[in-house]
Amino acid sequence: MATLTTTPPSQSSTTAYKRKPLTIAKKRQYRAAYLFVLPFFVLFLGTIIVPLGYAGYISFFRKQLVGGVSFAGLDNYTRALTDTDFLTSVARMGLFLVVQVPVMLALSLFFALALDSGMTRLSKFIRLGIFVPYAVPSVVAALMWGYLYGRDFGPFAQFAELLNLPAPPFLTDQFMLFSIVNIVNWEFIGYNMIIIYAALRSIPTELFEAARVDGATEKRIAWSIKIPAVRPALILTVIFSVIGTFQLFNEPNLLRSIAPTVIDNSYTPNLYAYSLAFINQDANYAAAIAFLLGILIMALSYAVQLWNQRKENQS
Amino acid sequence: MSTLTDAEVDVARRPSTSGFIGKEPRQRTSVLLTVIMLACAAYFLFPLYWLLVASTKSNADLFSTFGLWFADFSLMENLKTVFTFQDGIFSQWVLNSLLYSVVSAVGASILATAAGYAFAKYEFPGGKALFSIILGAIMIPTTALAIPTYLLFARAELTDTYWAIILPSLVSPFGVYLMRVYAADAVDYSLIEAARCDGVGEIRIFFTVALRLLVPGAVTVLLFTLVATWNNYFLPLIMLNSPEKFPLPVGLAQWQSTAAGGSGSQALFSTVITGSLVSIIPLVIAFLFLQRFWQSGLSTGGVKA
Repeated sequence: MATLTTTPPSQSSTTAYKRKPLTIAKKRQYRAAYLFVLPFFVLFLGTIIVPLGYAGYISFFRKQLVGGVSFAGLDNYTRALTDTDFLTSVARMGLFLVVQVPVMLALSLFFALALDSGMTRLSKFIRLGIFVPYAVPSVVAALMWGYLYGRDFGPFAQFAELLNLPAPPFLTDQFMLFSIVNIVNWEFIGYNMIIIYAALRSIPTELFEAARVDGATEKRIAWSIKIPAVRPALILTVIFSVIGTFQLFNEPNLLRSIAPTVIDNSYTPNLYAYSLAFINQDANYAAAIAFLLGILIMALSYAVQLWNQRKENQS
Repeated sequence: MSTLTDAEVDVARRPSTSGFIGKEPRQRTSVLLTVIMLACAAYFLFPLYWLLVASTKSNADLFSTFGLWFADFSLMENLKTVFTFQDGIFSQWVLNSLLYSVVSAVGASILATAAGYAFAKYEFPGGKALFSIILGAIMIPTTALAIPTYLLFARAELTDTYWAIILPSLVSPFGVYLMRVYAADAVDYSLIEAARCDGVGEIRIFFTVALRLLVPGAVTVLLFTLVATWNNYFLPLIMLNSPEKFPLPVGLAQWQSTAAGGSGSQALFSTVITGSLVSIIPLVIAFLFLQRFWQSGLSTGGVKA
């Protein structure tokens, strides 16, 4: 919801809604409107609202081998907030965010500006080349990079061997996070580039034609006119990165098969919730973790929004 | 999921800007910038190039020859293994992926179009409240939602069925938001009023007058849902147990963990690699079409604004 403040739906100007007895025509219109909304809303309830309510409900219970299910109050939540596995995984994603988002934003913005400036040849090929990872499922992306990183037949290890160097330590404890950062960047830079590029294309040309006449350089125009103009698009990419990062699952889960000692069950919060639900069979605690994670993500996205609005008000 | 909404945000935003402003290409090009950009594009294409090369190698050559250049050409043998391994379950996965993504995409875009149209063009009691609930749902993280959905579906004995994947994929709150924005501009009130004066019923107005105008927006929702469902891994992973119901990502991931599991199953690596290549080809093709539709959807929205 918070993201949408940047993109308000254009207000429809229906005939003024006045309190008066309903005509038959009005009634008919209401009926039609409900009919149009109904199919979506039934499924919306069944796959979003009810599951949320159900998960919220069971997160207040615990299941024991002896005594069955019993009410636990906030126990699952206090347990989560003192659970070092969970807290470590959240902190790890915080670090991931700090490393990954600036790199991704800087590169997508740079690529978009470079393509928009019209100063590159082959720009159509370049744009498509950078964008094409979007069409690759994250499972396949993680598989490919996993093989590339690997010692068995990864080209980097092969190069190193050729030069009599030790194999690069992509999949070690120390570098794994950065290896995943690289995969995520590979998947999403082109995508964000296109979003920013589309925003750049919609800036009215007059804005910088005037600056150009006044002798401003391309760099100056990019910095003072183009970047501020695509700010909403940038904020959106930040928010979606926050959402994506804290939900990280596919890439670490795939890499786990080649580096089982580095990536454990609680490497990311989502991996942890998954293993709680399906390996430990502790659905109640998993539901509490999923809830906390959702709240954290929403709070962070909201914080980004607020920060953006304050900045906008200042300037 | 978040990637899906990303794109839609952009599309949705479009009508509010003043549309495409054509820019004349400038003459000055920079060799340095071109070289830098080509190098960057090479980074993005590099894993795909490697995948292409690796899928032409036998499993033994994979380990014994240099990864970035071709050895003996065994693509055909690899393809044969991909489609015959485990009684040819791979083709089942392809069909499942197609089924899940096509049904979900068509369904999601129909549902979103009808609902978005109603929210844009009718003022009805409770409409505003319903719409804000749907907007709020956009921010709910999809994977955090997947486990609750699983728990509920397990209760309803819906897990390990095709419905377990299709039902959640049919619901695109962002699609509704997008279609509301789109319908607000694309369908003119005068058209609806004129039809009403002619005595046409509301439902018929939707199908005969509005739907035609809503198609570009609906196609956008359709294509993004298609890609998102085709690529979805987490939901089918938790919902499905039977390999014959897996979509491609879950199947490939399972082969991979068998291959990496080591002893005796090493011959699987070339199969996983070739399977990965096969699984991205339809998407890359669909994606090229998607781009064209995406842009036409965008510019139509822009003109109408």
